[in-house]
Amino acid sequence: MSDMNQQMTARYKNNFLKEIEEQAEMGDWVKMCMQCGVCSGSCPTNFHGGWDHPPQELFMMIRAGKRDEVLSSNSMWQCVSCYNCYVRCPRKVPITHVMHGLAEYAYRLGKAPKGQPTQHLSKTFWDNATKYGRVNEVKLTQSLYFKDGIGSGIKKALEMQSMALGLVKAKRLNPMEAVGGGHKCKDLKGIHAMLAKARELEAKRKGRQPA
Amino acid sequence: MAEMKTAAYICKGCELGSRLDAASLVKIATKEGKMNLVREHDFLCSADGVALIKNDIDNEGVTHVAICACSRRAKTEAFNFPANAVSRGNLREGVIWIRPDTDAARETTQEMAEDYVRMACAEVKAMKVPEGNQNTGGVKTLLVVGGGISGMTAALEASKAGYKVVLVEKTGALGGMTAKLYKRIPTREPFKAPEDNGIADLVAQIEADANIKVYLNATLAKTSGAPGRFKVEIAVESGSVATEDVGAIVQATGFTPYDMNKLPHLGGGQANVVDQAGLEALAKAANGGPIKRADGKEVKSVVFVQCAGQRDTSGEHLQYCSGHCCNTSIKQAMYFKDSNPDIDTVVLFTDLRTPGNGEDFYRSAQNKGVIFSKGVVSNVSANGGGCKVKFKDLILNEETETDADLVVLATGMVPTSGPDLDALSEATRAAEGGDEAAKEQVVQMKSKSVLNLDYRQGPDIPQFKHGFNDSHFICFPYETRRTAMYAAGPVRRPMDTVQAVEDATGAAMKAIQAMENAGLGKAAHPRAGDLSFPTARLEGCTQCKRCTVECPFGAIDEDEKRFPLFNESRCRRCGTCMGACPVRVISFENYSVNTVGAQIKAVDIPDEFSEKPRVLILACENDAYPALDMAGMNRYEYDAFVRVIPVRCLGSVNTIWITDALNSGYDGVMLMGCKHGEEYQCHFVKGSELGRYRMSKVYDTLKGMNLEEERLMDLEVAITDIETLPKKINDYAAKIVAMGASPFKGL
Repeated sequence: MSDMNQQMTARYKNNFLKEIEEQAEMGDWVKMCMQCGVCSGSCPTNFHGGWDHPPQELFMMIRAGKRDEVLSSNSMWQCVSCYNCYVRCPRKVPITHVMHGLAEYAYRLGKAPKGQPTQHLSKTFWDNATKYGRVNEVKLTQSLYFKDGIGSGIKKALEMQSMALGLVKAKRLNPMEAVGGGHKCKDLKGIHAMLAKARELEAKRKGRQPA
Repeated sequence: MAEMKTAAYICKGCELGSRLDAASLVKIATKEGKMNLVREHDFLCSADGVALIKNDIDNEGVTHVAICACSRRAKTEAFNFPANAVSRGNLREGVIWIRPDTDAARETTQEMAEDYVRMACAEVKAMKVPEGNQNTGGVKTLLVVGGGISGMTAALEASKAGYKVVLVEKTGALGGMTAKLYKRIPTREPFKAPEDNGIADLVAQIEADANIKVYLNATLAKTSGAPGRFKVEIAVESGSVATEDVGAIVQATGFTPYDMNKLPHLGGGQANVVDQAGLEALAKAANGGPIKRADGKEVKSVVFVQCAGQRDTSGEHLQYCSGHCCNTSIKQAMYFKDSNPDIDTVVLFTDLRTPGNGEDFYRSAQNKGVIFSKGVVSNVSANGGGCKVKFKDLILNEETETDADLVVLATGMVPTSGPDLDALSEATRAAEGGDEAAKEQVVQMKSKSVLNLDYRQGPDIPQFKHGFNDSHFICFPYETRRTAMYAAGPVRRPMDTVQAVEDATGAAMKAIQAMENAGLGKAAHPRAGDLSFPTARLEGCTQCKRCTVECPFGAIDEDEKRFPLFNESRCRRCGTCMGACPVRVISFENYSVNTVGAQIKAVDIPDEFSEKPRVLILACENDAYPALDMAGMNRYEYDAFVRVIPVRCLGSVNTIWITDALNSGYDGVMLMGCKHGEEYQCHFVKGSELGRYRMSKVYDTLKGMNLEEERLMDLEVAITDIETLPKKINDYAAKIVAMGASPFKGL
């Protein structure tokens, strides 16, 4: 159990709804759900790929205090951010954002399902973007291809060879970016300072130790 | 009245002149209709045309007017001659608008028009000018029974309209159930928080109102008379009886909460379980501070159980939804959240129903942190110092439980509507047969009576569904089956205070109308303003009592010689008595066995070789006839072989009309009446049902006449059947053609 998880369990005891309201982004919207199910009916994924719970059910579980089940659910990682539920919700609950807020919080607590592909992409993307202040597409692609080892990485790269060459020809992809650090933004220090400050502000707002 | 002088007017406006041969119609009215005076006019409803008729009435001594123009439902203001007998031949909506304008159709269309002229002439000659009920009372004081929010509102509204009011309240104070509320569901923007119950203000207004006389601790010992002249005996606390003369009655006797002791599985009767009324008492005692249980413990967690003993399908408890309880629980949950946001408040519901502006209120409660869970409670049991609530979570699909310091049951409304008249009359019959248990039952049922009416038909207003005092849910909500008595508030149907206020206002207005109409000798709804009333030739009466029993409005008593005694002011002029009378001695001045019979006979029946069948349609004037008119307005065509006669209600149809029609060579008879039974739409409540019951007996007669059963067809028609009705008429006409001519033709 992570430190933060212990800290939060101790702080909120059995009041999981309150925990979500205070700790997860947009979590204070959960109580406004009226269980009409329009979000679930609107989801274009049709819950293929094995959603553990549809959105409104997840919200009900939060109210019912099912902490472990909610935080370790794969549902919020399955959301494709199409915003259909958000647009259609008669209570105007920003469901897409709530789902992302829950995902982020579960990850922070170390409760998110391990090896979940969306989670891997998010993490990779974030690290990539924050390291040099801009997204290095070659490195991002590389780290995604080689996620499961050298063999499968080469295989995937060969499969995508013609597209890559096309992109290079059209000057949309520069292979030289793979060499060394690649492009950096002009004020890298400034970016890092901004991110640190944002983290500090968030921690303060949510009453927890800066990560 | 002067000697009868008849006149027929043939209108040529609205294309009637070009589509029909007016000269031939004039000839028919003169020769066959035997009208003393026949005129045609290019535009009869114009000022000029109306002046023509008026002049004939004033200067030619015309008493009976047959207007052959448009439907009797059209141009009623132009053709308004209250001092004369008036019939209408429906040549526009009934003929040219439902027939194609083709050479092929011209002949049958003209025949149709000619028949309608014959019918209008025959009808008017059988009519008398209604002289109005002389037996009226002019009392314009309104009696309001019940001093709750509905009763007080009705009293104040009537007073504001300039009428005197007698308000009778059973308890020692005005206010009723609403006075017991700590706060009430919000009635105005932004619908976010409970608001003051408003009773103190209403009571102050009543006390300051010189028009309103209040009796507290009082009940009605006896109510006798009729609209415009009721006499009520009011039993007051001291044991003495006060007498008041009133013109109309608003019954606003409200409800009692369903007895939660009947719900032991939901904890009814347990220490830490209350109903919604019980919680109001606790909240009132707390007055904004922490709400405490009966044992003095501060409530830290509370569970509301919705639909407790309501919407029950087992037949054991209330089958209906009381409408207010979801909003009430939301309000009560707010009592807790407003005093302390940390109190756990859970509302367990199956369907959260928040009528009116309740959706905003619901959202506000969610914002305040009230938890709403969709679940069915199976059991509430005592657990330590509180309760354990077992329920099935319908979203998560699992059996689960929660603990609470206090459980609130949302039980439903039981109307204070007096005994069920059907059950009472059954018990009375058994008691008269010597059944001791039934005798006790009768005494017990009668003790629950609210109005103690001195009516042959029972001491209270008849009940509709589930014991509520209502009659016509769809079209005329305040009407009951007792003229000049109006039910308002939860005694009529379950409702909240906002609806009750609206209801009471409406009922007061209807009661005022009824008093005014009664004073003028006119009918109340739905034939408002009708001056005719039933009379009986008693020398022909066989005292069979069908009229007294069948009258849907309790208008007919029996006199000491056991003859029917009409209370004209209670009568709604439906004619059910007339339809019921086997010896046909009951009639109205402007509507009788004869006025319709004469029309039936006036129709020209072509011989059996003409291949022109005739189908008689007797259509209810409230739904079927307007539907036919509207079919005409939409130019939906139907068969030229039908002849339509409007009747006041299917209940007024006397079987003699059917047998006469079939005997005189009609090939088929179609009856068009409203839906009856549980979901009835009949304006006279029981009329269409009684009519149909009577008609079911006619089939035997048909057999006796060696006629096919299909020659009589009963059709259920709603006013919205505008498109389907022509098709049904055509289908029936085709069926009759296929069946062949009636063997009675030409006999």
